Amino acid sequence: MAYFSQQLINAITLGAIYGLIAIGYTMVYGIIGMINFAHGEVFMIGAFISLIGFMICSLLGIGSAPVAIVLVLLLAMAFSAVYGWAIERAAYRPLRGSFRLAPLISAIGVSIALQNYVQLVQGARPKPGGQIVSGGFSLFSADGFDVRMSWLQIIIVVVTVVLMAGFTWLIASTPLGRQQRACEQDMKMAALLGVDVDRTISFTFVLGAALAAVAGMLFLMYYGVIDFFIGFLAGIKAFTAAVLGGIGSLPGAMLGGLMIGLIEVFWAAYFSSEYKDVAAFAILVLVLIFRPTGLLGKPEIEKV
Amino acid sequence: MTSRLPTMLRDAAFTVLVAAALGIFVVGFRTLDVGSRTGLSFDYEFVDLGVALIVIFFGRLGLSLAASGLRWPAIALGGVMIALGASPLRLPSGFLHWFVVLGGVLLVIRATWPWANRVLASAARTATGRLLDRIGNQWLGWLLLGLAIILPFTPLADQKTMDLSVLILTYVMLGWGLNIVVGLAGLLDLGYVAFYAVGAYSYALLSTQQGLGFWAVLPLAGALAASFGILLGFPVLRLRGDYLAIVTLGFGEIIRLVILNWFDLTNGPAGIGSIPGPTLFGAVFAETAPAGKQTVSELLGIPFNGIHRLIFLYYIILLLALITNLFTQRMRRLPVGRAWEALREDETACKALGINPTNTKLTAFAVGAMFAGFAGSFFAAKQRFISPESFTFIESAIILAIVVLGGMGSQIGVVLAAVLLIGLPEWFRELGNYRMLAFGLAMVLIMVFRPRGLIAHREPSVRLHPVASGGSG
Repeated sequence: MAYFSQQLINAITLGAIYGLIAIGYTMVYGIIGMINFAHGEVFMIGAFISLIGFMICSLLGIGSAPVAIVLVLLLAMAFSAVYGWAIERAAYRPLRGSFRLAPLISAIGVSIALQNYVQLVQGARPKPGGQIVSGGFSLFSADGFDVRMSWLQIIIVVVTVVLMAGFTWLIASTPLGRQQRACEQDMKMAALLGVDVDRTISFTFVLGAALAAVAGMLFLMYYGVIDFFIGFLAGIKAFTAAVLGGIGSLPGAMLGGLMIGLIEVFWAAYFSSEYKDVAAFAILVLVLIFRPTGLLGKPEIEKV
Repeated sequence: MTSRLPTMLRDAAFTVLVAAALGIFVVGFRTLDVGSRTGLSFDYEFVDLGVALIVIFFGRLGLSLAASGLRWPAIALGGVMIALGASPLRLPSGFLHWFVVLGGVLLVIRATWPWANRVLASAARTATGRLLDRIGNQWLGWLLLGLAIILPFTPLADQKTMDLSVLILTYVMLGWGLNIVVGLAGLLDLGYVAFYAVGAYSYALLSTQQGLGFWAVLPLAGALAASFGILLGFPVLRLRGDYLAIVTLGFGEIIRLVILNWFDLTNGPAGIGSIPGPTLFGAVFAETAPAGKQTVSELLGIPFNGIHRLIFLYYIILLLALITNLFTQRMRRLPVGRAWEALREDETACKALGINPTNTKLTAFAVGAMFAGFAGSFFAAKQRFISPESFTFIESAIILAIVVLGGMGSQIGVVLAAVLLIGLPEWFRELGNYRMLAFGLAMVLIMVFRPRGLIAHREPSVRLHPVASGGSG
């Protein structure tokens, strides 16, 4: 029971990170129907910007952890958002109206290019991020096993929940969010009614990238080590989460993220840690076969 | 003309602003692995970043100039950039020289592009142009084939060239195999390398543990890979294009992870070594034969030379690739091949006409997988050592890039693309890490500027009403 609770806490932490990335996939898919393969790379770049941000903070002598975290959070969000914007502008926008697979292939190209770009400018070796927040407290003890929750895990969950709330508000009740939802439903009609479609799509990429950057920062703080290749696996898992929750659905992305976190952690805890990635991929395949619309997704009607 | 200049300057300034935002942290602060509290310290690269931003400013300005028809100023700007980059001027790093030169070259190409296109188009309209075009269409394939057959007998055939040719041909074969799946049937398969791995490991295991020879295993490996294709394809082929892509990617990773972790069978990350090479009528390619075997030089009565093995491998892969091509050409004339192409164009219409999409896709998937299996066992026999590292996602991406760059569905296009994407980078090994960066960028640029590939060939193999003979085809 104690072991189970401990794993549950770990799983929710991991799931929160996946959920944040998954939102970027689900929003982009919802609005232009493409899998933004380079999204994992934006997450990786967000992690790198956070690493550099934390180092600058310590150089500038900002000792207080909360201040540093907030500063770095804003920094990573802002500058990763530029990446999201630039990728869409340079690699996807010219392809709107091209054949169906063109944007996906272009996205794979962006992903390869960004990975190698970071490898070139920052080096291939894993970068230790150091410990920004340490310590924690014991929840309860049972069967001689101490169930612990670290401050870091609380920060991760709190940051995720706050961002999710803000984000839901943004989509549900601001003009920008309304335009975003309008484009998702019917892009042509929205354009006819005066919505700037290009700007709205850019906005979607910017939001997705900012959330991925937060996930990158949390990942850096949680694992303490990053390299240029973390985006690939995290990206695929987050995409799995988006599909699992029902692609196009925002609560679905969060739910899917949690489920992937649960599956991965519990698989590693009770079966074998070597095959935890296989488990995540197998889930993706199973979901797509048996419930292609995901848990909360709406069935897609194909029009001819 | 001059009234547009402020707009262009503003545009260039904006581009620099974005580039600065992109680069300031990731490029400007290079983390080093020694030092301070966090175990890392910085190396500041602001000078490099600044130079790069200046180049970007003028590059963007030049592009705008070229786009609004001011060809000569753009060419002049490009020329100045090339001259600066190539000059003995000391820039902070060697890469920046390349960056400046490359920017200049691209700018010049962009500026002369419309003009070059016009000249080429008018040249193609002349009588000689049309003749060349027809020869090109009909005989280019045969010409390439002839060159490929005589290559080992030309003085060009040294160790390096033959090695590279074998490598290119392997990718040509993989490209042709994937072309069946992607180009003909229109299914985006991002896990093609999984079948390549199945073929490679089948041969490696069957030869090292069961003592089977290359020629006996080859059909087995193909059959195994094809059955894997059916096994994996059956549940997932109902999915829409991009879902299918991700699921195949997942499968590719699953197979790699299983190979990596199934230690008892595959020896895990250490891989399998000392795999025997292919034999010629039972004779081995070695200086001295193992007990009970004969060497090829004894069999043929020629002196031993290490390159014979390479030439033999070269002809094997040439033959395998040609079989792939011939098979595809034949399949396209059969009902199932036509169904592939029909399915690519319109799935709903196919269903209405009574084609079973799942079975049709499955055959394409299995046939493609089979050829990957053949290529895989050839790869294992050539390398004599395989490990999971050879079968990562990037391999799938490279094969896919070959197919896409070649123009999906075009067989000659695949050859050109393989030479371009595999041959050039191998030739320019010095590029090192920049190779994959350029590779990724090239994929994006091709999609943006030439989404149909080098040789766009989406013509159906059959037409109900033949087009007039003057048509461009």
